[in-house]
Amino acid sequence: MTATVTPGRTDRADSGEMLGKGDARRRLPRIPDRTRRGGLPYLLLLPAVVLELLIHLIPMVIGIVMSFRRLTQFYIRNWGEAPWTALDNYKVAVDFDAPIGQALLHSFFVTCLFTVLTVGLCWLFGVSAAIMMQDSFRGRGFLRAVFLTPYALPVYAAVITWAFMFQRDNGLINHVLHDQLGLTDQPSFWLIGDNSFIALVVVAVWKSWPFAFLIVMAGLQNIPRELYEAASIDGAGVWQQIRKITLPSLRPVNQVLVLVLFLWTFNDFNTPYVLFGRAAPEAADLISIHIYQSSFVTWNFGSGSAMSVLLLLFLLVVTAVYLLLTTRGRRGADA
Amino acid sequence: MRTIRAAAAVTVVTALAAVTGCGGGTSSDGGGSNESPKTLTYWASNQGPSIEADKKILTPELKKFEKQTGIKVKLEVIPWSDLLNRILAATTSGQGPDVLNIGNTWSASLQATGALLPWDQKNFDAIGGRDRFVDSAVASAGAEGKDPAAVPLYSLAYALYYNKQMFADAGITQPPATWDQLVADGKKISKNGKWALGAEGGNLANNIHQVFVLGKQHGADFFDSAGKPTFTSAGAVAAVKQYVHFMAKDKIVAPGNAEYAQNQSLQDFANGRTAMVLWQAAASTFAAQGMKPADWGVAPVPVPAGAPGTGQNTNSMVAGINMAVFKNTRNSDGAKEFVKFMTSDAEQKLLNKTYGSIPPVKAAQQDPAFSAPDLKVLRDTLATSAAPLPQVPTESQFETTVGTAVKDLWADAAAGRPVTTESVRAHLAKAQQLMQQ
Repeated sequence: MTATVTPGRTDRADSGEMLGKGDARRRLPRIPDRTRRGGLPYLLLLPAVVLELLIHLIPMVIGIVMSFRRLTQFYIRNWGEAPWTALDNYKVAVDFDAPIGQALLHSFFVTCLFTVLTVGLCWLFGVSAAIMMQDSFRGRGFLRAVFLTPYALPVYAAVITWAFMFQRDNGLINHVLHDQLGLTDQPSFWLIGDNSFIALVVVAVWKSWPFAFLIVMAGLQNIPRELYEAASIDGAGVWQQIRKITLPSLRPVNQVLVLVLFLWTFNDFNTPYVLFGRAAPEAADLISIHIYQSSFVTWNFGSGSAMSVLLLLFLLVVTAVYLLLTTRGRRGADA
Repeated sequence: MRTIRAAAAVTVVTALAAVTGCGGGTSSDGGGSNESPKTLTYWASNQGPSIEADKKILTPELKKFEKQTGIKVKLEVIPWSDLLNRILAATTSGQGPDVLNIGNTWSASLQATGALLPWDQKNFDAIGGRDRFVDSAVASAGAEGKDPAAVPLYSLAYALYYNKQMFADAGITQPPATWDQLVADGKKISKNGKWALGAEGGNLANNIHQVFVLGKQHGADFFDSAGKPTFTSAGAVAAVKQYVHFMAKDKIVAPGNAEYAQNQSLQDFANGRTAMVLWQAAASTFAAQGMKPADWGVAPVPVPAGAPGTGQNTNSMVAGINMAVFKNTRNSDGAKEFVKFMTSDAEQKLLNKTYGSIPPVKAAQQDPAFSAPDLKVLRDTLATSAAPLPQVPTESQFETTVGTAVKDLWADAAAGRPVTTESVRAHLAKAQQLMQQ
């Protein structure tokens, strides 16, 4: 396509010269009809389509096929020979009277609570920090860089550092809470027992809120300053300006931000795996680790695949409902 | 809005595809056609202090092999945490190394995949015969009644390591031989910030090793003769309860040990915070942490009463590393030649001395280097009172489910919650139900 563009034409278009409708049509690079019929656009799309197929869609289809087979270590060498089990893996996964179903359900609820808390806190911290950083002040650049640091660090290194800090006897957290501030009667366990959920949320929020900060900060750049000036002249306080100008203007940004944070958080594998190892405490047994255990630790790939497909369906439904609701709300607002 | 929806759709598809995508593949049935007789790939497990140290140790030996046979060995040292997943991936794709190390507790599970070359009479003859190896080590290389899936390479056993000074300070003159003595001694030691016994409550494999031995002492296996789990048998429940009671009831294990999973109990031992640990060949680790050999003693792991021996006085699992040949190798003759080299008397002496393990080859075991006090305890244990973990295909699931149950019970003990027969049985029952997928 570039071969049809002459330098003179591009220079003129780039200079912003006003062109009539006819001129624009005349000066734009023209793709010969023969090329169009030859399917050049499709050819250009082909690498992306092939990669998408290879990396995502084919493995996904294989995963779905696996979910209908009794795929254990006896068949992993040639999984096509694993016995067909129809819906057995699904029945086991959703039999909530039996231990496997109960464990999956427990894990699902833990993940839901974890997601709501983590996404909520990330959004709150991200929006608050971005609003505070909106006006320029001395040291703003430095603070912005500091806030973004967790997002820039390698996940493994960051989370393993947290794991050290959460150790009961030698960790920094207990040293501060117990030894220095005297807030607890005795050093607490953070990596086992019920507190492990708190540790998990703390690390996940620490790791993810800078993303919210970054996205909201970018969104704030698009709000005209005149709106705030006019509001200020009309006597609106800071809180009113946030409520009436900032948050409504950020709505499209927040819609995408919350969706992306939700998907990332619900599927978070790195944080619990590095923090707790391959067997997370019951209180912090996220569904990603649960499925990993079913598939790769107990070598029951069929059952693990069925759980993955159920998770996929759940996320699809939630996302569809979310998009439907937010789209409807937006349409209403636009009207 | 269309842009947002499109972006959201792309995000959803990408994220969800990542969740659901499971690898898979078909095997290419190589079957040892010896197409590449001059090269081999070897996955070695990480045995030494680091991967680099292992490369340094093994490279000269591989050069020696190349000089002898003309076969070049490409070495890759793989950390334990990655090894099993790498083997599974290789098994699934059919694209694995020619020769690899496996943990001996995985033998039967990996054997069930059919990816490893069975060591029948003919293959054993090619490396000098099955009789060259210690029986218990061969027994831990595959399911009973089947040709082993691997050949023993390094053998290890558990022993009781104790701090001589801490024992002397508590007025204890000799290491405990029975569990009652250990608890009694432990109560004398466990005061003023010092603790008697170290544990790795968060380490699933270590939990299994310990409760398996205690189970044997209570007359229980965790599987019946048909390979079905029997986790809730009275002996198994008693074994797990006894182990966790060292913290919950006897108070001779520090509560913090419940979350240990990175060998922190060895650091505590080296720092004088803990007086005893049950471990495999820990001497080099203590030396690396600044302890002198005279600072610690080594004794057999305690038994209920009397002395260690066969049967109920089993006091260790047969630990160790085996060497397997990938069935898909294109150089099966060369691979067997390499196994023969690595299990030769000379290499066995050299490598096991370096790694502080015991040679599973009988002739090499007679070397005086393996008669040092600590290694003699390990050697005698292996010869007389060690038993292999259940060689069943579901062994790896057993490690995870029961190991996790014990981990959760440690957490209960650390939090001060009671650990009773009922609570132990409930945890083990749940583990057993999870096995029956």
